[in-house]
Amino acid sequence: MCLGVPVKIVQIKGNEGIAEFKGVKKKINLELLENVKKGDYVILHAGFAIQKMEPKEALETLKLFEELSGFGNE
Amino acid sequence: MNRNFQDEFSNSKITQMLAEKIRDTARKIKKNVALMEVCGTHTVAIFRSGIKSILPENVRLISGPGCPVCVTPNNYLDRAIALSRSEDIIVCTFGDMMKVPGSSSSLEKEKTAGEDIRIVYSTLDALKIAQQNPDKKIVFLGVGFETTAPTVAFALKEARKEKIRNFYVLSAHKLVPPALKFLAESKDLKVDGFICPGHVSTIIGTKPYEFLVREFEFPCVISGFEPLDLFQSLYILLSQIQKKKPEISNQYLRAVKANGNLKALGLMDEVFEKEDSLWRGIGTIPLSGLKIGDDYKEFDALTQINVQVEKSREPKGCLCGLVIQGKKTPLDCPFFARKCNPRNPIGPCMVSSEGSCQAYYKYGQVKDSRRSYGSVYRTLACVILAP
Repeated sequence: MCLGVPVKIVQIKGNEGIAEFKGVKKKINLELLENVKKGDYVILHAGFAIQKMEPKEALETLKLFEELSGFGNE
Repeated sequence: MNRNFQDEFSNSKITQMLAEKIRDTARKIKKNVALMEVCGTHTVAIFRSGIKSILPENVRLISGPGCPVCVTPNNYLDRAIALSRSEDIIVCTFGDMMKVPGSSSSLEKEKTAGEDIRIVYSTLDALKIAQQNPDKKIVFLGVGFETTAPTVAFALKEARKEKIRNFYVLSAHKLVPPALKFLAESKDLKVDGFICPGHVSTIIGTKPYEFLVREFEFPCVISGFEPLDLFQSLYILLSQIQKKKPEISNQYLRAVKANGNLKALGLMDEVFEKEDSLWRGIGTIPLSGLKIGDDYKEFDALTQINVQVEKSREPKGCLCGLVIQGKKTPLDCPFFARKCNPRNPIGPCMVSSEGSCQAYYKYGQVKDSRRSYGSVYRTLACVILAP
């Protein structure tokens, strides 16, 4: 029930945004977050964006994997 | 790069490497360890990732109480069913609640019998139904943890702003940290570390878990849901155990901030009040639930709508309560995969798509035991009957 899907915000109108996930577009509510911008990635839960995804942090985690595995140069 | 990171976090080469590291670390620990994934969404993600098949023999994953449908008491369902039988009420609910057996019926059975019960995806859909049906009372079943509660709080604020006076919420919202405290204090809990919920944590942040380390010295990791997230989280937990350095690690850095989502937390504070709450199969846990606060009481279905509710009974012999505390596995239950299956669930853990019984049933754990007995008998029969 705490399912959340990472989606990209492709359009913003007031407190609503259009989110895209694997080609599907859906209207979502942005009222639970501050300063959402077009192009941001957010976690979508039950029609609401509940948290922003930080690409920087994601890339850092991925980099850590690469270092651990020695795949960094691939 | 597809920056929603689902593909990047499913890289099989890195998964293999992490699997190797998990096995290495587990070997060094030299004792049996049980790790609890608290959240039902993790339970499903773990089964789907196949992580259980690479686990070393001394590492066991057990499911926890983080399945809202599973911990919602029968009495709540009986009230929802009673409400749905009123002529002037439309009950709106997330789909997961439909099949949960109450004491003598379920929402699904009531709907089949003609009651107006509607499955919604979001509280906002329920608000819309309220606007479209001004002569009816709309009761939304507020079930879920900290992830969902802010969306319900927002709907109530919106109802007030838009002067929607026929919208009500029957709140059974629950909070994760008090349940973890209850488990941590339980004497017969055999857990060596916690995989803490990812999406609950996007709202509450990392701080509410700190007591688990400070007071109980439990290793903890807040995890994402993709395969790599889960593998890395396991590695982190096992490393903490091996080094005997328990802490709250945040593996789901890209979505979980130390302070969580302050706006969502503020909304919850404004609309709800904490109360002692009954968890199905576990008992009452102090200050672990959310009721609608005084300021919003005109929206509270519990106090504003009078209805006769039958005396609640729990299904006899169902082990859900012990399963969600990690004290039994679904395979220990005499009903599992026999009398109790997803088509005819006896307890809520088999109903919810995130319940551990349904996950065990769906993703093949049954194959290891009960179903394989079936194939043994068939093979024997063939041998005996063969000319």
